[in-house]
Amino acid sequence: MEALDIDLEESEIELPTEPMLLNVGPSHPAMHGTVRCVMELSGEAIARVDVQVGYLHRGFEKMCERGTWSQVFPYVDRCNYVSPMLNNVGFAMACEKMLGIEVPDRCQWYRMALGELARISDHLTCDGAMAMELGAFTPFLWMVKARDMIWDVMEEETGARLTHSFGRVGGMAKPPTDGFKEHARAVVAQVLKIVEESEGLLLGNRIFLDRLEGIGIISAEDAISLGWTGPCLRAAGVPYDVRKSNPYMKYAEVDFEVPVGQTSDCLDRFLIRLAEMRQSARIVYQCLDRLSDSGPVNVDDPRVVLPEKSGVYTTIEDTIRHFKIVMEGLKIPAGEVYSYTEGGNGELGFYLVSDGSGTPYRVRIRPPCFQVTAGLEKIITGQMMADVVPCFGSLNMIGGECDR
Amino acid sequence: MSKALQELVISSFQAHVLGSHAQHGDETIVLKPSAWKAAHAFLRNDPRARCEMLTDLTVVDFPDREVRFEVVSHVHSLSLGHRLRLKSSVGDSDGEDANIDSLTSLWASANWQEREAYDMFGVRFVGHPDLRRILLYPEFVGHPLRKDYPAQKIQPLIPFRDVLGTEKLAPFGVFEGMSFGRQTEHSDGVEE
Repeated sequence: MEALDIDLEESEIELPTEPMLLNVGPSHPAMHGTVRCVMELSGEAIARVDVQVGYLHRGFEKMCERGTWSQVFPYVDRCNYVSPMLNNVGFAMACEKMLGIEVPDRCQWYRMALGELARISDHLTCDGAMAMELGAFTPFLWMVKARDMIWDVMEEETGARLTHSFGRVGGMAKPPTDGFKEHARAVVAQVLKIVEESEGLLLGNRIFLDRLEGIGIISAEDAISLGWTGPCLRAAGVPYDVRKSNPYMKYAEVDFEVPVGQTSDCLDRFLIRLAEMRQSARIVYQCLDRLSDSGPVNVDDPRVVLPEKSGVYTTIEDTIRHFKIVMEGLKIPAGEVYSYTEGGNGELGFYLVSDGSGTPYRVRIRPPCFQVTAGLEKIITGQMMADVVPCFGSLNMIGGECDR
Repeated sequence: MSKALQELVISSFQAHVLGSHAQHGDETIVLKPSAWKAAHAFLRNDPRARCEMLTDLTVVDFPDREVRFEVVSHVHSLSLGHRLRLKSSVGDSDGEDANIDSLTSLWASANWQEREAYDMFGVRFVGHPDLRRILLYPEFVGHPLRKDYPAQKIQPLIPFRDVLGTEKLAPFGVFEGMSFGRQTEHSDGVEE
């Protein structure tokens, strides 16, 4: 039997073709987060696309200019709300760089352990949501279950499951709890098991692989030019990881690998996140081994660290200190700094400008998501409409961080 | 950040460099706005610089200064591992006449970064192909991250968009497929 579409150009029938405009989002079940894509479709292929962000803009940078430096912590929590601990630590480190202080070893290991747990929860969310949007609901539920276990640890440590506000300039709000190491070890082992099970469900699934393989390919040059960092850039074959290239805290002392992809398609971005979760788990174990059970967590610097409550209630010096830090804010010397760490989605930078008062003059967050989402247009142009969903999912756009 | 790179740029753009410093290990060069694009092109293309990535581009507002907006960029070389910050000041004390060359022809990331800087500060990037607001809506009046924009200010609810009879606007026309589409007309009358 002859194919029906044979010699269509030469046939006398001329079908009327007109590009169709299609709007997806800002609130659409297949687009997690709030982003809007206006597409011009030619048949099922995307001829042009305009990606519009900003639906979750809350004026983060303006709000930061109104309070004290410490009052920025709750805001940065709400930037990347699936790995708030990484944002907390990133901001605290930027302030510490300006103050020229270094937190004690115990705090650094603690920050790293919590940060890597947050990274695992970030990647779990991304991979789980990606699978769910392609119709695989079970792995999503399993991965969210694993994420909940991590959040149980976070809740035990910080008192909050989602937005911890746990970082402080010069340390952490509280030292690790007694059961932290034991609990974290148990949870990481369980999470890895769940990751393995979910992986088994997905990577043996023809439908899932067909929807990801060869879709959304971007060259390394384009990815770099777009400012991509993090798992998406590493999937393009560029081994850039701030933890390796500019080791901060104790990352130079721990043993881990930076997985890189080869084909830079959606499947690679999915696999990179799976591999990074395993590496993060390795780091968590090493941090827990090195985390000492006693010793100070906060830096011994009365300019920035709040005094002990017992002292505040009994001595006038500590009362004044407490009052000055809370009411006037801790003073950061005038100047500017760009401090960067590896966030859940890539290089999370803070460009801070201080005028020497207790209030930040300018807090600029360099959101990795914003740059990555800017590349969505590039990777979906020319693809099929149905490929938008895995492409968008694999970028892990976090509305709070992208739109601030 | 790198001292050698800073010296290289200073020696290559001597006439256009207004100052340089390094604070907390971040090397910074202050440039005349006229050399903004040339210096970035040099950093991107010179084999000794090879800054493949424009990490960040933002603006800081100093309303008390005669030249008000400080455009700040951070470039990064993945292959050579160094970073540099460049700054240039534009705009008079009223916030008018803030024009600087666009870097979109050098780095793709400059597209959205410059759109955001325009949206938040009203700095116009000359040569940008599509300078629309990005985080805010087109009817928004003013530029919120300017220091003289009151944080408490409430923008009025925008009326239902009357789209009939309007000529087609970039990139897809006013409808954008849906009647609630964003318009791309600049509310403050600025057309790029």
